[in-house]
Amino acid sequence: MTLMSYRQALHDTLRSEMLRDENVFLIGEEIGVFEGSYKITAGLLEEFGEKRVRDTPIAEEGFTGAAIGAAMLGLRPVVEIMTINFSLLAIDQIVNHAAKIYGMFGGQAKVPMVIRTPGGGGQQLGATHSQNIELYYAFVPGLKVVAPSTPADAKALLIAAIRDDDPVIFLENLALYNTKGEVPDHDTPAVIGQAAVTREGHHLTLIGYSRMAHVAKKIADQLADHEGLDIEVIDLRSLRPLDRQTIVESVKKTHAAVILEDDWLTYGIGAEVAASISDGAFDYLDAPVRRVAMAEVPMPYSKSLESAALPSENDVIQAIYQTLDAIGHRRTKTGPHD
Amino acid sequence: MTDRKRTTRKPPTRAARPKTASKDQAERHAQRLLDFYREMLFIRRFEERAARGYTQALIGGYCHLNLGEEATVVGLMSVLQPTDYLFTNYREHGYAISRGIDPKRIMAELYGRVDGVSKGWGGSMHMFDTAHRMLGGYGIVGGQLPLATGAALAIDYRSGDEIVMCTMGDGTTNIGAFHESLNIAALWNLPIVYVIINNRLGMGTSVERSSAEPELYKRGAAYRMESARVDGLDPVAVAAAAQTAVEVARAGRPFLLEVVCERLRGHSVVDPAKYRTPEEVASLKEHDPVHTLAARLIAEGIADEQTLLTLDQEVLANIEEINTFAEASPFPDEGTLFDYNYASPVPNDSRRLPGQSLFDNNPSSGADQ
Repeated sequence: MTLMSYRQALHDTLRSEMLRDENVFLIGEEIGVFEGSYKITAGLLEEFGEKRVRDTPIAEEGFTGAAIGAAMLGLRPVVEIMTINFSLLAIDQIVNHAAKIYGMFGGQAKVPMVIRTPGGGGQQLGATHSQNIELYYAFVPGLKVVAPSTPADAKALLIAAIRDDDPVIFLENLALYNTKGEVPDHDTPAVIGQAAVTREGHHLTLIGYSRMAHVAKKIADQLADHEGLDIEVIDLRSLRPLDRQTIVESVKKTHAAVILEDDWLTYGIGAEVAASISDGAFDYLDAPVRRVAMAEVPMPYSKSLESAALPSENDVIQAIYQTLDAIGHRRTKTGPHD
Repeated sequence: MTDRKRTTRKPPTRAARPKTASKDQAERHAQRLLDFYREMLFIRRFEERAARGYTQALIGGYCHLNLGEEATVVGLMSVLQPTDYLFTNYREHGYAISRGIDPKRIMAELYGRVDGVSKGWGGSMHMFDTAHRMLGGYGIVGGQLPLATGAALAIDYRSGDEIVMCTMGDGTTNIGAFHESLNIAALWNLPIVYVIINNRLGMGTSVERSSAEPELYKRGAAYRMESARVDGLDPVAVAAAAQTAVEVARAGRPFLLEVVCERLRGHSVVDPAKYRTPEEVASLKEHDPVHTLAARLIAEGIADEQTLLTLDQEVLANIEEINTFAEASPFPDEGTLFDYNYASPVPNDSRRLPGQSLFDNNPSSGADQ
């Protein structure tokens, strides 16, 4: 195990996968000479040359589509889209092409590619540069969408995504790049489509992905230390496929859930998680499923408004207490639940 | 007269005598025109049969025909090597035929059957065949351009000597993907020929009403890309222009070729094309490429009317066999609905049918777990 940042884990994994397989190449804006807007690809142009670290014009639809076409011929492109906001320029290629080609042609062509892109707000980047729109891709059959929250998962899921024969949207987050954690030295891929229980507990289930899985773990640990609460934490890790089984099993044990998400609440990822709990654990619930999500506004620039729009740690703690209160409320009426 | 000409051109003893270069050339020319004609006629009759299949409700969805485009199709396809790649749009039945894919499988795809080229998953707009390197068949206008550009990138990445041909309609030249793709291909010297099939109409909108530069091939200049325009009603001219374009691409530079042809009917089978004037319709009949080539074959003494009639009867009989095959091919089994969810299987992949609940604890049985 080595302690490293999420950024370093991504960089090192890209490098080792490029060394392992010469079909793996990087393509995107400012990834070569500029070394990446967030420096994930620093030094790779120098090491691998222009053929394998390809700077593109500002043409998301063009270069994302070109990566899909190259993947159809057996290469394994790793696309960097500077932020998920700009992926909207490529959405026709991602949704109408990458996601469709394998099924639409009766399984004749695979599209083994990865689109790495960070979401995230809180950097005063305003309405068009602060969105969390992974839902747009998680909605689409044919795509896989993964969202690592730790450096170890960043590595294991990126290895899995690169070696996978389907198009994988690899969601990063601006606020996670500098976070640190222990990363295994071996190159074992994660299993795409599986959530992780990152903390076991029985008072309630706290569910998140990407930055919010990180926040969930941190708050659960704090509440354990200071309040003696025993909260179970689920990191979804994969948004498509969604590991409903792990979610439902946990809620059957804890009888309550709070879902954390950086995206908008209405129709968001949390809505699907809540609906899954309703489908799979309705009789086990002792309180309504609660969601903590971004306010439904275009992200404002001003710090005061931005902070008000984003879920805070205090919002999460309040939602946990209110849910615990609701359980207590139900218990006084219906008797204790064992 | 035509019979006499033909007899003098092809004396029965010709094989036994040493051939002169000009005779050789004339024979090759005659054979080539006949081959083109046979293929064009085949596409014509295939498409007419498809239109009938559509009105009989045997074919669903959209159905766009290559009627009027036959000379363009055969001219373009004649210059590709088997190892070259083709990306095209939703008006592609003829291209699939000309690329050498079994027409029975093409008709079966139109009928949504298991023997279809795309196993019934694609339909009229999404024909795909790995063996013949026809990599789609795309229903979204312009969607194939970035993909084709990427295929050329992959060839370049591996230092291969194949090229990519990417066809599109005239309306596609106004889409962002057209400009992004041409810029990238020119910037990176990719081995690709972009072909604009200009039939003068994007659905019902004329080139003049949609394109500020209606001489579409000139758009290559914006990317310092070599470009040319050719008469798409003459298969020989199309083949010659395409040959030049393909050679440029094989030398590692992209090329933009504009082929001007006709669309004899509406945008799709259900479009009566009421936006066309009677004069336009009359002119279309006059310029029908299949009829034009038939007249040329007769005028040049390569074939007589009876030969062409016999050929047509053979083609029609063949089309009926194809149709019989397609109609007899079974529909895909419902149990195969999730066969192509993913190329790399992963856990928790949903296989739920519309009426099923997610979990076993609900009244009907759960599908995902």
